[in-house]
Amino acid sequence: MRPAPALAEGFPDLSGMKVAREPHWFRWISAALIVLVLAAIVRAFANGQIEWSYVSRFLTVKVILEGIVNTMVMAVLAMMLGIFLGIVVAIMRLSPNPVLKTVAAGYTWLFRGTPLILQLLLWFNLALVFPTIGIPGLWSARAVDVMTPFLAALLGLGINQGAYTSEVMRAGMLSVDVGQYEAAQAIGMGRLRALRRIVLPQAMRVVIPPLGNEFIGMVKATSLASVIQYPELLHNAENIYYANSRVIELLIVAGLWYLLVVSILTPLQMLLERRFARGTLRLAR
Amino acid sequence: MTKPLVAIRSVSKSFGEFQALKNVSLDVWPGEVMCLIGASGSGKTTLLRCINQLAVIDSGGIWLDGELLGVREQSGKLHRLSEREIGRQRLKTGMVFQRFNLFPHKTALENITEGPTQVQGRKAEEVRSEALELLRRVGLAAKADSYPAQLSGGQQQRVAIARALAMKPMLMLFDEPTSALDPELVGEVLAVMKELAKSGMTMMVVTHELGFAREVADRVVYMDQGAIVEQGRASDVLGAPREERTKAFLSAVI
Repeated sequence: MRPAPALAEGFPDLSGMKVAREPHWFRWISAALIVLVLAAIVRAFANGQIEWSYVSRFLTVKVILEGIVNTMVMAVLAMMLGIFLGIVVAIMRLSPNPVLKTVAAGYTWLFRGTPLILQLLLWFNLALVFPTIGIPGLWSARAVDVMTPFLAALLGLGINQGAYTSEVMRAGMLSVDVGQYEAAQAIGMGRLRALRRIVLPQAMRVVIPPLGNEFIGMVKATSLASVIQYPELLHNAENIYYANSRVIELLIVAGLWYLLVVSILTPLQMLLERRFARGTLRLAR
Repeated sequence: MTKPLVAIRSVSKSFGEFQALKNVSLDVWPGEVMCLIGASGSGKTTLLRCINQLAVIDSGGIWLDGELLGVREQSGKLHRLSEREIGRQRLKTGMVFQRFNLFPHKTALENITEGPTQVQGRKAEEVRSEALELLRRVGLAAKADSYPAQLSGGQQQRVAIARALAMKPMLMLFDEPTSALDPELVGEVLAVMKELAKSGMTMMVVTHELGFAREVADRVVYMDQGAIVEQGRASDVLGAPREERTKAFLSAVI
């Protein structure tokens, strides 16, 4: 074996030495300051004009619990409608057919371009435009009977959500490599089957974080349905404080519930992400 | 008399200003292994993509197994076929891509069974045992449950070949199947292709592997600027080229 050349002097062996811990003074000071500020805020609220006993008493009354159930039912149903519409509209938008493309773009333009609360009021007041609705000769009904607060809220929130979700879905579908479409075509798949079997499952991985975002937005957007008398959480909290004038206490009750629901949703989203990450990680199974 | 499996007649194709194929005519005979060589941009890949209709030709006609591709002739006019009919015609060809294009969310086995079960509607049990047999044939029986990301490039390309074979095509199209591979992985893919050629499969291979062409191809076609410049037996075209452009290309490559 050939001997290695001699190493130069003046570069000592550091292998035995430990790396010292840094004191991080600034971190300690800033953390202490933040704790102080938080304590001051808590103290201010504790001494302020809030009867905390009302908060704890109303946190679990029946009307509030019904409100949170209605909120969640509406959020889930409207989101499902929104995702369904979003997928359909995204596929239309990416279709080679100019009619479908234009219709899809028009839908997104219209429902993204007007305030959600205005859309809710329009759906709820549909009876002013069409006193009776139905299919001529088959079925008809008075619009006031059909367009309940529930249906108006579902249509308003779901259709509006569809316009936003379609853009999220479109982004997801565009993120899938063109080679995937070609490989799907090469084994004889048509456009829709390739979308359903190959492209959408891959798009889901990209789409779940923004959809989680949208769903959290939806949970809170249901509170807008209080203006059309849908008995969701905020609407029920308002009804209570109209009676007992404990405005802030009941708003805090509603706020705590919204926070709780959103806190539960975040880990659920992580579970979903893991489900759709199949094949993307180099983990040995 | 036998008929050509693929008959290409006066095919032209442009991408905007760029003319990728200029009036190309060619026959591919059953059982023939044809290697298409030429510089990038010479039109060889486009020719393959036109045969399985990933690219639509501008003029001319391609017949596969006696059937005109992509259009139907009716009272002196050509009518485009529906997507469904084009899908049916594509089943006669299998395509292997330069960048493999395996479905990353499916295992090796699922990549292979996807087409036969979803498109051909065949029974899952029967397709599965065939797929395992194909994996064994390409030397990857142990990797059935691996996802593409867990496989090397050479292994992925062998799964891609098995995926194409699972559809029982009459013609296999290879688009630079080894160009995206590390040099030490090229051999394992070429070995699978050699075995396939020996089994009698009709193959069109776009390649830069002249050694493979010399050893396996029945015919070598040299293309330049969208046209066929020279074709013939591998030993003739590669060993004693007649055209100046072929000579220039070969001396640049070797």
